[in-house]
This record gives sequence, structure tokens and C-alpha cells, in this order.
Amino acid sequence: MVRFLTLLAALWLMALPVQAQNGPLRITIDEGVIEPLPFAVPDFVAESAAAQQMAQQIARVVAADLTGTGLFREIPQDAFISQITSFNSPVQFADWRAINAQALIAGAVSMEGDGRVSVKFRLYDVFAGQEMGAGLQFDGTEQGWRRIAHKVADAVYSRITGEAPYFDSRVVFVAESGPKGERQKRLAVMDYDGANVQYLTDSRSIVLAPRFSPSGDRILYTSYETGFPRIHVLDVASVGRRVLENQPGTMSFSPRFSPDGQTVIYSLTQGGNTDIYRMPIAGGAPQRLTSAPSIETAPSFSPDGSQIVFESDRSGNQQLYIMPASGGEPRRISFGPGRYGTPVWSPRGDLIAFTKQSKGRFHIGVMRTDGSEERLLTASFLDEGPTWAPNGRVIMFTRETQGAGGQSSLYSVDITGRNLKRVRTETGASDPSWSPLQN
Amino acid sequence: MKILARAVMLTSVLALAACTNPDRFGSGNDVNLGANTGAGAIVPGSANDPASPAYFQQTVGDRVLFAVDQSTLTPEARTVLDGQANWLMQNSDYTAVIEGHADEQGTREYNLALGARRANAVQEYLVSKGVAGSRLRVVSYGKERPIELCSDEACYAKNRRAVTVLAAGLSS
Repeated sequence: MVRFLTLLAALWLMALPVQAQNGPLRITIDEGVIEPLPFAVPDFVAESAAAQQMAQQIARVVAADLTGTGLFREIPQDAFISQITSFNSPVQFADWRAINAQALIAGAVSMEGDGRVSVKFRLYDVFAGQEMGAGLQFDGTEQGWRRIAHKVADAVYSRITGEAPYFDSRVVFVAESGPKGERQKRLAVMDYDGANVQYLTDSRSIVLAPRFSPSGDRILYTSYETGFPRIHVLDVASVGRRVLENQPGTMSFSPRFSPDGQTVIYSLTQGGNTDIYRMPIAGGAPQRLTSAPSIETAPSFSPDGSQIVFESDRSGNQQLYIMPASGGEPRRISFGPGRYGTPVWSPRGDLIAFTKQSKGRFHIGVMRTDGSEERLLTASFLDEGPTWAPNGRVIMFTRETQGAGGQSSLYSVDITGRNLKRVRTETGASDPSWSPLQN
Repeated sequence: MKILARAVMLTSVLALAACTNPDRFGSGNDVNLGANTGAGAIVPGSANDPASPAYFQQTVGDRVLFAVDQSTLTPEARTVLDGQANWLMQNSDYTAVIEGHADEQGTREYNLALGARRANAVQEYLVSKGVAGSRLRVVSYGKERPIELCSDEACYAKNRRAVTVLAAGLSS
């Protein structure tokens, strides 16, 4: 009798997770996830002998994408009770429940001889014992296998969190080498996770603060190639570049695209005074948007293109302001103690990320567009230059260590302030700019 | 022809600016400025030749320093710039690029603008003392080229600078 009751209790306890899983598998990020969701991703099934290695690699990238968010926890493969040996065989849900895998990702890879790769996957809600969403197939090339893996992970992430995806994206940044007093800087682009680095310029001239176009095909950046800071535009595919703006006796920097990719807003310095201008990317007459003896720089468009957030020291130190996209009276939005710079409007339109300097420390923070609900996400000797993931959930930025041996590297943090981590790069790195999601 | 000459001059300035090193005549030089080396010891081009860039850099002083987040010239800076103006007027074969710099305690683009303010303050002062504006150009390096590398005020104070870098033989 006692024994029976114990068994009953055990069964009841085991049934609990199932009860908790009434309704679809879901992580609601804004409610403060503390316990990451456990998932299993067995090696994908190789449907041709040549696909064996890639089937493993794709599963590894999918797992890294998901765990990298801090919202998911991978159950190691050596804990698995059953394997997925065929993409279409029924899943033994009991075996996955027993190791508490709440989500299971099963996939298969086939490779044709011509370098084409085909990847299918299914996402299972293990405790509900059913598929979550329909199976999907992605076709691509052998060289593009990481992108396919990111697309699989994006689909899983979106289905479980309800958020827009961001793994299939790239980051342009400044690769740094050499000592602090003579830093060599090159423009470089990589996958969001640090893979597939490609260098776009050599280190003969200082390059600064690149920014992706809204379609990801072009990059605006500042280079000293002419001896003076000037805005250049670079075509990602051809790596061809040209000077955008070359008014003698001036410096131009801090460029950013409009959401439609047709207009550039930037800072121009003339006679020691820096103001914000706009001009068509195709060329044409610049239009002056601010006209003050103070420093106006770091402009960034709202996603609908109607407003511009920027920094100005007109009050005596750096603060954030918003003005209409055609210029006009700015409205100050930052009022806390310290200095605020490098504002960047989130792709969702709801938040503005910024760098804050206060009491000798630097912070990356976010506030609402009216300046309310300021939250500081990081603190260090020197954090600066936030850029938004395409879904507006994650911010990447530069962190520099102090002293003569100081080095820059890229970090990312969730907008909740959790999951701060370094983005691995083979050299020092600064000034990241996140691309939109790739097509 | 005039346009061509201007274009040539402009590209020369740009070329020089592109390879500008703030300490080109710098600390590797063994000339002892304190010692009087006696009569007739002036070696042309060396730091004891008053017409040399080395003299400009070391004796006149090629740089002025600024307070945190400021571009106002201090009395010390004005004294140095008076000497620079005199030297430039006596040595009219030289043009100069004034480089503005900031310490690392600021965001990158703001510091570019701040360095430009500092370089401009120097340029305006030199012009007010009679140096032709056409001989001077300004460029800002923001916090990109610190000369002192520690992360303390002792280093920051030396990095908040404007340096007048000579370019030879360009004046016509």
C-alpha cells in the first residue's frame, strides 16, 4: 500500500511538467526568464554520405545560436536515450521527456554533387507530444551552410519566443591591431556570431564607425584616406568605395542611412563647429538640419523616417535630443546625471539605446523615446557605441579595457540587461553595426 | 594654370597629412636643448637651427594642452602660440596642419568634434596673430592617436592637445 502510494506520488510529480505545458511551448521574454528552456538537438540526419560532417556542424550552430541567447539550455548529446536516425520516423517522446528536453529539434541534410545543400527540420514540443509549427526546408549552397543553420535556429527561436528572429544577420565593425598609440584599423564584416570574417579595407588609413544600409548591401563609414575624416560609402559585394562628401576645409563623420536607404544624415565640421546635415546617397546638395555653435553629432533616424535622435552639448554637456527629420526645434529627452551620447533608435521604434558617462564609468543603456524608463544595462571602464539586433532584443557594443595595454572587443547584452557576453573576434574589435536580417 | 597649382598644393598637403605622425621630430632626437653648445655650432636642420622644424617643435613648442572637455586656450597655451605665430611668420616656406586630439574619456564621434574645436581654437589664434589662414589646415583625430597610453589623468592631460605639424616648402 505504502509502495503504491509512493508510486502514485511519483507519477503525479512526473505529470506536473505536462500540466505546466498546457498550451504551446513558449518563452515570454518580458516576464523575466530565469530558468532557460531545456532543448535537445541531435546531429541532423545525413541523407547522403557526403552530408555527414555538415549534418553535425549545422546542429552545433543551431545549438550555439539558441544557447547564446541565454533563454535556452542545451541538453548534452551523451544524455540522449534515443537518437533520430530517420527524419520521418515517429519521435519517441517518452525518451525525450525522461531527460526533460522540452523542445526537440530534428533535422536532415542532403547534398547534391553540385554544391547544393538542402536542410529540413522539425520542431517538437516534447511534453505536448506534437510538432510545433510545420516542418521547413531551406535550400542553399555548401559555402552558405552556416546561414542555413542560422535560419533553422531563427525559426525555432521565433516559434518559441514569439519574437522576430536575428541569427541570420551580419555585423560590420572595425578590426583593431597594434599598440594603443598606433592602432591599426580595418573595416571588417562577419556573421553576428563572429564567424566568416571578411576584411573590407587595409590598415593604411584610420577607419571609424561603419553603419550598414537598411538592405545590408552598402556600408557608410569614416576614413582618413584623404588625410582628413571623410564619409565613404562601400558596396559590400564588390568592395568598391567612394568618398561621399568632400567639401574642402571640412571634416565629415558619424553617417547613418535613412530607413529607405536613400538619404544619409551625418556630422560636418566647419570652422571648429559641428552640425548635422542630410544629403541624398546618390549625391546632391547637403541640407543643414542643425545650426548651433555647440557640437551636434551621432544622428539616428526613427524606423518610420520621421524623426532624428542625436546628441548635442548645447546645454553644457552631451545630452540626447529628438528633432523632425527635416530639421526644426529639438526636444531634449535625457535628463539624468552624467553625459549621454551615441543614441540609436531601436528597429521596433520603442527604445533608444545610448552610451552614458557618469562618475568615471561608461554604461550602455536604453530609454523610451520620451526619455522615460531609463535603464543601464552595462557598466565598465569604457563601454560605447550600441547597435541593435534586427529584432530589437539584443544590443552589441564596444568595450575597451583600461591602461597602456587596453584592448577593444565587442560585447552583446539582452535589453533586459541579462546575458552579457563577449563576441569572439580574432583581432581587437570596435564600432559594431548590426545588419538587417538577411533574405 | 592657377587651378592646377592649387590642386598640386592641395594634394601635397593631403599627402603630408596622411602620413602625419605627431612625434615625427620626437623623442629619438639627442639634441640637448639645455646646454649651450658654444659659438658656431648651429647645424642646419638640427634643433639648434632656429629655422628648423626640430627647433619649432622642441624650443618654440609645437603643442598646447586643454582642460577636460574644453577648447579654451590657457595663458600658457597663448604664450606657446605667440611663439608659433612668430616662427611661422619668419619661416614663410612652411605651412602647417593643426591636429586636435582628445583623451579617451569620451565617445568616439563626440571626441572627433571636440578635437576639431581645439584645432580650430589654435588656428584662429594663429591667424589673429598674423599667420595667413591659407597656410593652416585643421584636422581632428579625436581619441584615435593618444600620445600617452595610461588611463590616468597624468596621461589624459597630455592627450588633450592640439599639435601644430609643419609641412615644408608648400608656400608659394
